[in-house]
Amino acid sequence: MAMFEVDEIHTFYGNIEALKGISLTVEEGECVTLIGSNGAGKSTTLRSISGLTPPRTGDIRFDGQNITRTPPAEIVKLGISQSPEGRRCFSRMTVRENLDMGAYLRRDKGIEEDMDRVFHLFPRLLEREKQKAGTMSGGEQQMLAMGRALMARPRLLLLDEPSMGIAPILVERIYETIGEINRQGTTILLVEQNANYALSVSQRAYVLETGVVVLSDASDKMRTNPEVRKAYLGG
Amino acid sequence: MRAASTAGPSFRDRFELSHRVRVGITAAALIAGGLLPLFVDGGGGFIDDATVALAYVMMALGLNIIVGFAGLLDLGYVAFFAIGAYTMGYFGSLFHITANGGEGVHILVAGPAAQLPGLHFNFFIIIVLAIAATTIAGMLIGLPTLRLRGDYIAIVTLAFGEIVGRIAINGDEIKFLDTRLTAGRQGITPVDKIDLPFLETFNSLELRPWYWTAFVLVLIAVFVNFRLRDSRLGRAWIALREDEVAAVSMGVPQVKTKLLAYGTGAAFGGVSGAFLGSYLNTVNADQFQFSFSIFVLAMVILGGLGSIWGVVVGAIALSFINNRLIPDVLNDVPGKIGLDFDLTELSFGIFGFLLVIMMVLRPEGLIPERRRKIELKAGIEGLVVDEDTEKQP
Repeated sequence: MAMFEVDEIHTFYGNIEALKGISLTVEEGECVTLIGSNGAGKSTTLRSISGLTPPRTGDIRFDGQNITRTPPAEIVKLGISQSPEGRRCFSRMTVRENLDMGAYLRRDKGIEEDMDRVFHLFPRLLEREKQKAGTMSGGEQQMLAMGRALMARPRLLLLDEPSMGIAPILVERIYETIGEINRQGTTILLVEQNANYALSVSQRAYVLETGVVVLSDASDKMRTNPEVRKAYLGG
Repeated sequence: MRAASTAGPSFRDRFELSHRVRVGITAAALIAGGLLPLFVDGGGGFIDDATVALAYVMMALGLNIIVGFAGLLDLGYVAFFAIGAYTMGYFGSLFHITANGGEGVHILVAGPAAQLPGLHFNFFIIIVLAIAATTIAGMLIGLPTLRLRGDYIAIVTLAFGEIVGRIAINGDEIKFLDTRLTAGRQGITPVDKIDLPFLETFNSLELRPWYWTAFVLVLIAVFVNFRLRDSRLGRAWIALREDEVAAVSMGVPQVKTKLLAYGTGAAFGGVSGAFLGSYLNTVNADQFQFSFSIFVLAMVILGGLGSIWGVVVGAIALSFINNRLIPDVLNDVPGKIGLDFDLTELSFGIFGFLLVIMMVLRPEGLIPERRRKIELKAGIEGLVVDEDTEKQP
């Protein structure tokens, strides 16, 4: 049984059906990516998983436990945390305070240790420890959003468009780090429009189009698939 | 006008006080506040205004939790003043005159109240009851606003304040178990004076004990405010205020955190209301107008949203402007320049004008909160996280 399963979920915004029966699985230790164009339902899938917009029908299971109707805070507690689309750092808090918020639900003694881990993964954040998040560049804020999500010590990390609106050089750095996080043992579900990067770091991929999965395959096969190349990898 | 505050270190930066100086000023102000009654006439107008000002400080501190910390714009705060005051009226006056067959119920009260019919509870018990009643009321009003944002919260809370105000006015016609719900415009009066152990029952000729009681209540309120602000809960409030989606994704329980903001914020209004009910010796429906909610909100904004000391200063300032400066000091100004109107009728115009001046000169409030100061100084660009980047249909 897969560590994480999404089974035929239908999610609505009002009367609009954004997800029309999405199913996917993530095995422990994997990095899986969802690619697709604008409006395909990638972010909605993540929002459904994290409980921000729960699906109307269908099931989401984590370690065999049904978390479809579990409130967001409980889902974080179970070990799924999210770096949301558009970063959404607490702009008036410092870098350290933001990271502290990531550990909001934790009361264990490992928080400092995880803080060190985050600073090790993103040395830039250590340099800016006392700086207000709102005054940093987009790339730095993305690092902070990811670090903040890691502070929850998740077993499944959800990353929503980590390359959006960021200088290419930083995108590369961020993707190196995503690979590093995955190698250190954190399972990752990555949503990305920039299919090139996403396929390079992940082992498996799903292609979404208007709320349904149209293709799923190993990432390296996906990269050589002519249709995917044409539609998502710029020929 | 120093509007160009974004260009370089501004005038006020150079007057940024060091931590030590600020602690010194705070301590000096507290000592001065505590000793103030020794230097003024104990039955005079000044100490009267000062006591009322302290009660307003308590309310402003409560509203500051809701609006300043948690970022939930509440326009119906007067409701909690009313509920606190009615708690005082119910349990410390002749209002339930038939209670216990006309004998009255007396719990830990001495002095004249112990002989009277009606319910007469010790002031501390009433405070606890007022806290309980307002906390529950605060959470109830919070419930329907949970799914709302910004302006919509303001409208719901405004309606709630108005409903409580209307019930207070018309409550004399609502009978419940043979007693009226409120005494309407006529008011519940007299109300028991505060009766503390080892002290004589307070009276209306010697106001110093009232002042000191209010002063201690304010000190407690300030202390609780600081503790709350620096607690986990306080951080959760700030996170919710900054970015609700992000806070929820970090595991901040939205419902609980917001309801706690409403509940604790309301409790301060309840304590203040109970105190004012006793001090003013009446619980009168006309006290609970919408304009009072705005008055308290203006104190919070004037002082600096989210800033505890700022709110204290803002509340004292506005309350003195309202109760002393306008009616006593400036009231003959229109007459002197040949105009015939009563300046008190313009109070809200004057507050509005003050707020406009503030927004131009010092938008972050008299004593700004650290975070907001940063926001306003750094300008908007670069700080704004996309309000809602949801692109999905």
